[in-house]
Amino acid sequence: MPELSRDEVRHLADLARIDLSDAELDHLAPQLNVILEAVASIQGVAGDDVAATSHPIPMTNVFREDVIRPSLTPAQALAMAPATEDDKFSVPRILGEE
Amino acid sequence: MATETIVPFDKALAAYDPAMGLEVHVELNTNSKMFCGCPTVFGGEPNTQVCPTCLGLPGAMPVVNAKAVESAIRIGLALNCEIAEWCRFARKNYFYPDMPKNFQTSQYDEPIAFEGYMDVEVEGETFRVDIERAHMEEDTGKSTHVGGATGRIQGADYSLVDYNRAGIPLIEIVTKPILGAGEKAPLVAKAYVAQLRDLIVALGVSDARMDQGSIRADVNLSLAPKGSDVLGTRSETKNVNSLRSVERAVRFEIGRHAGILNEGGKVVQETRHFHEDTGETTSGREKSDAEDYRYFPEPDLVPVAPSREWVEELRGTLPENPTAKKTRLQAEYGFTDLEMRDVWAAGALPLIEATVVAGTTPQAARKWWVADLLRRANDAGVELAEVGVTPAQVAAVQALVDAKTINDKLARQVFDGLIAGEGTPEEIIEKRGLALVSDDGPLIAAIDDALAAQPDIADKIRGGNMGAIGAIMGAVMKATRGQADAGRARELILEKLGL
Repeated sequence: MPELSRDEVRHLADLARIDLSDAELDHLAPQLNVILEAVASIQGVAGDDVAATSHPIPMTNVFREDVIRPSLTPAQALAMAPATEDDKFSVPRILGEE
Repeated sequence: MATETIVPFDKALAAYDPAMGLEVHVELNTNSKMFCGCPTVFGGEPNTQVCPTCLGLPGAMPVVNAKAVESAIRIGLALNCEIAEWCRFARKNYFYPDMPKNFQTSQYDEPIAFEGYMDVEVEGETFRVDIERAHMEEDTGKSTHVGGATGRIQGADYSLVDYNRAGIPLIEIVTKPILGAGEKAPLVAKAYVAQLRDLIVALGVSDARMDQGSIRADVNLSLAPKGSDVLGTRSETKNVNSLRSVERAVRFEIGRHAGILNEGGKVVQETRHFHEDTGETTSGREKSDAEDYRYFPEPDLVPVAPSREWVEELRGTLPENPTAKKTRLQAEYGFTDLEMRDVWAAGALPLIEATVVAGTTPQAARKWWVADLLRRANDAGVELAEVGVTPAQVAAVQALVDAKTINDKLARQVFDGLIAGEGTPEEIIEKRGLALVSDDGPLIAAIDDALAAQPDIADKIRGGNMGAIGAIMGAVMKATRGQADAGRARELILEKLGL
């Protein structure tokens, strides 16, 4: 079982937009490795004859008919938004200057 | 921005072989969204077509639209793909406010359709474009960037998001690298997207309007030194939104890559934006820190396992293969190979077909679309289908020519009026006063004047010199501002001269 490096944990934190200090990284990186070890023990049990499962219930083809159902009103949709303008969600600047 | 050297196309192609990859997103025309019952109509007021599922609110659960799966399978079959016996959706994770869930529900390593091909014809030569996969996913919301000088994302103060489009079913069709097209690469790319659009129209699964974004192409391009079998580093030009732009984007990127490589530089693997106004691409960096999408199987959706019976049933609903149809129509219409090549290059075949269905002869339909309307489309820099005249209108105009209400020359003015939005052909003829003068009264008056003005010519005609009649006809046409029925005028001239 390969160890998760401190840099990898920093990368994952960046991807998840979690700002971790060096001290937090030192603290959390080893903990993630413990969790991975626990999960790895499952791999010891699962043989090649067991397919990886992404859903707990073995079923397929759950579809809905292509029928329109009522939507929310813009007021309902925007009710919890921190900021709105012209019935749109207002979000902070996405990119800085070029 | 650093100055770029753009190598002329011919020079670039003399030194390098281009490799292309095309990713085309097709927005399906289902009534409701991919995973919820919100309507999909284009152009609604902001955030009127949203619900807890497509807004990504906690606890909301997606359910797959059966019609979208059906359309995906039909597209896959039409592209000669295998249809997966079992496949899943996956979460594509990224932080960008166009998806409120912070992920897009897509497919990753288990697409519903894979390993197909499409034969693309360019200037009489057939290129086989191999299809790697066609997978199901959902569209994103639409962002408007506020503040800053350009209205672009860079430098904006903040952005406004409308989620009406978020969750509309998309099919992404990905080619394998297209190699060996050489100097025809831009045309092959354009022809592929054009034929794909025609196929989508024939399947009836999408509005297929590039101008409204219901078909969008991403163009990947790389160059390798001639003869090398190693692919170069590619650029990915996103959201190229017209057929003409597909061709221009490929052409520009070939010149740009060659410029970098000639100077010993390295092409950066990056997203590029195409600009319709300049025909150039610029670097777009908004996703450069988010290439790690951490795909994982979507736990809220169960796998899709289309039965072979369903797949075969859908295969039975496919329209005629476009290549076979082209051969059939050429024979039916009696077009020569050269005529057909022009028709095909102009993207006029579906338009001619619709015009013929509306009652026009194939040659008349071809004449209007490929001779007259194509020139107007080229002048306006738009595709023929977007020239502003419909097949039904062409058929109506030709019917008026056949009825001798107007002649070909006046018909061109009717097309001017149609493009300017002046109403129906009849209304335009009325408003512009275009009807042919077939009433004998004004014609006879014009003929009398012309004969009186040129007695020597009249004598020549009486003497049997029929070539001289042109001079009288010219005067009559001038007097009637080109609206004389030429056949009737000739009859009357001969009658007047006692011939």
